[in-house]
Amino acid sequence: MTQAIKRTIFFLALTIAFTLVASPIAEAKKLNIMTSTTDLAALTQEVGGDKVDVESIARGYQDPHFVEAKPSFLLKLRRADLLVVVGLDLEIGWLPPLITQSGNPKIQPGGAGYLDASQFAEILEKPSGQVSRAMGDVHPLGNPHYWLDPSNGRRIAQGIAEKLSQMDPGDRAYFTQRLDDFNKRLAEAEKRWDSEMAPFKGRKVVTYHKSWPNFAKRFDLNVVEYIEPRPGIPPSPSHTLQLIAQMKRDNVKTILVEPYFDLKTPNSVASATGAKVVVMLPSVGGTPDVTNYFQLFDHDMKLLVDAFNATK
Amino acid sequence: MRAVIVAITVLLTSSLALFGQQAPPSVPAAQNAAAPQSEAAKIKTLEDRVAALEAQVTALTAALTASSGAAAPAPAQQPAQPAQPGAAQPAEAQAAAAGAPSYPTPDNTTLGGATGQAKALNPDISVIGDFIGDAGHNPYSAFPSMSMHEAEVAFQSVVDPYARADFFLSFGEEGVNLEEGYLTLTALPHSFVAKVGKMRAAFGKVNTLHNHVLPWADRPLMTYNLVGGEDGINDAGVSVQRILPAPKWLFLEGTAQMFRGDSADVFTAPNKNDLSVVGHLRGYHDLTDNTNIDLGFSYSRGHNDSVPDGQNITNLYGVDATLRWKPLQRAIYHSFIARAEAVWSEREELDFERKAFGWYTSADYQLGRRWFVGGRYDWSDHQRNSAHDSGGSFILTYLPSEFAQIRGQYRNTRYGMFANVPGETPGSNINPFRTNELLMQVQFAIGAHGAHPF
Repeated sequence: MTQAIKRTIFFLALTIAFTLVASPIAEAKKLNIMTSTTDLAALTQEVGGDKVDVESIARGYQDPHFVEAKPSFLLKLRRADLLVVVGLDLEIGWLPPLITQSGNPKIQPGGAGYLDASQFAEILEKPSGQVSRAMGDVHPLGNPHYWLDPSNGRRIAQGIAEKLSQMDPGDRAYFTQRLDDFNKRLAEAEKRWDSEMAPFKGRKVVTYHKSWPNFAKRFDLNVVEYIEPRPGIPPSPSHTLQLIAQMKRDNVKTILVEPYFDLKTPNSVASATGAKVVVMLPSVGGTPDVTNYFQLFDHDMKLLVDAFNATK
Repeated sequence: MRAVIVAITVLLTSSLALFGQQAPPSVPAAQNAAAPQSEAAKIKTLEDRVAALEAQVTALTAALTASSGAAAPAPAQQPAQPAQPGAAQPAEAQAAAAGAPSYPTPDNTTLGGATGQAKALNPDISVIGDFIGDAGHNPYSAFPSMSMHEAEVAFQSVVDPYARADFFLSFGEEGVNLEEGYLTLTALPHSFVAKVGKMRAAFGKVNTLHNHVLPWADRPLMTYNLVGGEDGINDAGVSVQRILPAPKWLFLEGTAQMFRGDSADVFTAPNKNDLSVVGHLRGYHDLTDNTNIDLGFSYSRGHNDSVPDGQNITNLYGVDATLRWKPLQRAIYHSFIARAEAVWSEREELDFERKAFGWYTSADYQLGRRWFVGGRYDWSDHQRNSAHDSGGSFILTYLPSEFAQIRGQYRNTRYGMFANVPGETPGSNINPFRTNELLMQVQFAIGAHGAHPF
């Protein structure tokens, strides 16, 4: 046997020895759940209550398309019983290598601990016909910002409750009860949101990125144009001029911007058109005071209503 | 799918046939005086049958959904509760009657994303083109005046529930090279991750990176002089990695690799047993949400070509450090990365051991969404003689979109060389040879290219 092989075997033995030292200590009863975004974490928390530990990889004020696949996330993914993802290729730029490197068989795609929440939701903007990158960074499977419709929130919560009940059958009644409670509170909140938005049905708005189709459909907003000329392509001067002309023509007075985009172009468009820029939160945790799914809509509704009122 | 459709059809047909057989006995009854009543009874029977059939169809659809898994778009009805066609509506009706606010799910909503049927079981396929132009006089440059330096074709997919496969074929202008092609076992016990195939060895940072993710058009002098050039330590073998136990604030990962022993001009394996090994220890720590530091220690050992029988050994030791800053809320606009990497080489030659050292440091700052500016300093001994090279670069990169980039690099190099210069004695140090070059690089990607590790 050559020295090289001996050395390799030594390395392997060392690594295995480390493993045995690191054998997981008896697991607590709580399910350990990771989600890709804060919204899924919030919904999981609603249903899971104190039977689960939930943490999101992305922060609420981060662009979920561009999260860094930091190794520190591996430490958390390694111990996860369940990974809940948005899917529809939203996380394609950063999540797959994390999953592969996690060394956790449970959360591999197709594994018992991998849950793609998009299967439960109503997905808009599924492209029909030819899809190409000439359209920008399109999502061939449909628009992944689907959690911004409370009906989808309800469906996702139900899907998560079902998954949790499968993984922890002893607490099925607990999860069902929490889901019922969540649904009840959501139904009440939707009544409130509907009445708040009722005077503004059909309002024309411009948004920075295509993050709001589900929200706009649910609350009857009319998204007429985007600051981005194409999804994922930064604003261009020619498109901005066209946009200003169109906003003046159509009398559009509201620009919705996600917290992770630069405000320079939206502000200059606003000053040219007399519109108001609203930094709307697409996700729970976008600001420190928005800590759950209800507060997310409360926060956005308040901003929207104020902006709509201010611009007649 | 087809089997289920056939089953449903057969079921429906046979039900109808059965119904047809049952119908005649009720006909005489209909001829009696109580005709309207029996009409109602008949309708009732029909209704019952329809309800029963509906239940069967629901049950079958649910079974079909369950068997075809999550990929299929979920049917409008709740699949989890088969054979209760009427149950849902009364519940909702009750809720409404009780005055509770109710937002029933519209039944005609299609749930789930579009299924990427077009590519069904095909792997993700992508091609990344890398065009490099090199202006300026430099006889030692790896680049001609203009070249389609590389077209990297990638095929990536999950193999089965336990593994995934990644292939990277590098098409030059004249030939094809399997840059990497390996199987990753993701479902091993005790959190091990193993790779089998041909791969870039986990020696330092720059050796693991594909051309298109480098922050420069070229690679550092250290790589060309000590670590095998552009291909680097890249060989067929097996790799095992695992996250090691460490304090909570520290990510610690160990990698052990064993290769055949053929890697560019670094290692050669005239005998089957002349394997090479690579070990890598990586420590990572989040200083803040925005800032992190990454440290690596590498070791590699293999046989060299100083004597034909391969009895002489080369040992390589490496240290790498990376500091990253990226403000989370403005991640797409600003970032800063500083890197440094050093390699020590101990190469047994005929009658002595030649030591060599090389290092580089570089920094890249993202000015805006599309602009990056960077610089690099290089210094490296030669592995096979006593001369050393040094140099510096200034880099400006522009990204029209996520899928294309244009880069300009001004490169100044001082080659401490001798042998290739005509009229000089090989092996002797002569006056350094200075070069100034302008490298132009255009890179563009088509298709679905999987993300690279951090």
